[in-house]
Amino acid sequence: MAQANSPQAKTQFGYRRHPDQDRPGQSPAEHPVVVVGAGPVGLSLAIDLAQRGQRVVLLDDADRIGEGSRAICFSKRSLEYWDRLGVGDRMVDKGVVWSVGRIFHGESQLYQFNLLPEDGHKRPAFINLQQYYAEAYLVDRISDLPDIDLRWRNKVTGLEQRNDSVLLTIETPEGAYRLHAQYVIACDGARSSLRQMVGAEFAGQVFEDQFLIADVKMTAEFPTERWFWFDPPFHAGRSALLHRQPDDVWRIDLQLHRYADPVVEKKPENVRPRIARMLGHDKFEFEWISLYKFQCRRMDRFIHGSVIFAGDSAHQVSPFGARGANSGLEDAENLSWKLDRVLRGLSPASLLETYHVERSLAADENIRESTRSTDFMAPNSHQEARLRKAVLSLAKETEFGKRMVNGGRLSVPCSYDSPLSSPDADAWCGGPSPGCSMLDAPVAARAGEQAYLTDAFRKGGTDFTLLSFNNGAAIDAPDGVKDIRIGGEGGLADPSGLVAKRYDAEPGAAYLLRPDGYVAARFRHPTRAAIAAALSRAQGSNLNGLN
Amino acid sequence: MPLSTNSNFARPDDAFRAIVEAHRGLTDEQSADFDAALVLILANHIGDIDVLREAIGLAKRRMIDGQQQQQQQQQ
Repeated sequence: MAQANSPQAKTQFGYRRHPDQDRPGQSPAEHPVVVVGAGPVGLSLAIDLAQRGQRVVLLDDADRIGEGSRAICFSKRSLEYWDRLGVGDRMVDKGVVWSVGRIFHGESQLYQFNLLPEDGHKRPAFINLQQYYAEAYLVDRISDLPDIDLRWRNKVTGLEQRNDSVLLTIETPEGAYRLHAQYVIACDGARSSLRQMVGAEFAGQVFEDQFLIADVKMTAEFPTERWFWFDPPFHAGRSALLHRQPDDVWRIDLQLHRYADPVVEKKPENVRPRIARMLGHDKFEFEWISLYKFQCRRMDRFIHGSVIFAGDSAHQVSPFGARGANSGLEDAENLSWKLDRVLRGLSPASLLETYHVERSLAADENIRESTRSTDFMAPNSHQEARLRKAVLSLAKETEFGKRMVNGGRLSVPCSYDSPLSSPDADAWCGGPSPGCSMLDAPVAARAGEQAYLTDAFRKGGTDFTLLSFNNGAAIDAPDGVKDIRIGGEGGLADPSGLVAKRYDAEPGAAYLLRPDGYVAARFRHPTRAAIAAALSRAQGSNLNGLN
Repeated sequence: MPLSTNSNFARPDDAFRAIVEAHRGLTDEQSADFDAALVLILANHIGDIDVLREAIGLAKRRMIDGQQQQQQQQQ
């Protein structure tokens, strides 16, 4: 439910007739990729594909960006992805940066945590930013990319799988038309109509407790931190969350009774006293109020023929942990390079199956974590309530108790147990192992110049990249593989020593990175043949076991 | 060896979840019975009467604190 908002970016767009709509019914236009849904995931995926040289049709059934803040926490990993898509600075400039969270029980603080307790990263642990800003900046970026054809008020109403293609029926204000797509990517959200059209189930757990989410506008002195309460004095017996957004907007999340009447609870005159109790004053205005029952569920398979599901259409989680939008963005970065290679004929179609393998593992992890958090906040039985009570009381004086208090486990990149990874052949005492996301660290092209490893990866073109540590005889990357060299003549300097440290690297070592920045393989003493074999594997050449 | 209250599990959430799931589907009374058995099994595994006494002391202390808090709230 939207109350009011006024983002300082364009949010209203017009429907425009496209020549595809004037083609005779027997010969609909053909497109390599149609993305359905212009939310954060669909927009990012379209940009990524276009930057890789693909033409993309992006359809959305509305003609405006959705109201309400909705997703607000964007992770370091998402910001690094948005850097590659050319929108990272804009998001971070507008967003509020945070890394510290505090957990309270009653009136007292149980503990605090820092999600990024070390320096030497380009991006912070998280920013908070209203989803409408994120979407508006992504739409702006699309206007620089002529390969994306963004069609508002184009609603998919029919889907027919053909041999190696999909026939879509699309409803517009001027009637229906059809088009052929080699691949359709469904980013149409938790209530995905494409999911229904392919007849897929969306099974999982519904949590009985209701949560009230209110975004309020006020000037306040609270620090930019995530504050979570169990049993706070202003909301006895339940949980509460306070989180800052740009423009003096604050996200407040209150757990309600299981049997609370949503219509009654959502009325501003009933929400106001609750929030006033929490804040100790009532000098605030409502931006957005919404009442939720959370669900954790996923599709059994993310790929149905030539239709591929990404983001909330494929998996849905409760919000404690910021695992919704962030995991959708990870879906996009995982899928785009694979789809690009398959469309170019550089990799077999079975490479796409690894999108399902890797991202359904990630979905399971996100569902597991957010289910545990939600169960901790809303215990299912007397016994679970007792266990929680014990943990909360032990947390006052024991380290182990603090670690078991679960007020949300925040999104970090998943590590993939993947057929694309080459297992370590050497001994490593640290660094990202194959299947893990690359780590950032400061680098310098010239003395005194500050840049980051993620910048170097982006500037190289976000393709397969060999990150090597010079020992005077650095090995050449195979053809078509980008090169980041640390140390030596023409290489990047590692002024703080953090690159070598974070990658547990001695001179001579090398990491093979995938186009999504994940580690495919690593070598203490790389040989050309070993790198070539790992590259071939990461490109999907050995996927005989997958259909 | 004194009682360790450091966080000893690599993944404490897994341990908490294992206990939660062990109780799923039990009645309240069954849960209490289950807990009693679990406590005895773990106490035997520790096998150190001083550690066990210290653990009992910590658990008692937390209960007393909790009761005082409840009384304060009722007043």
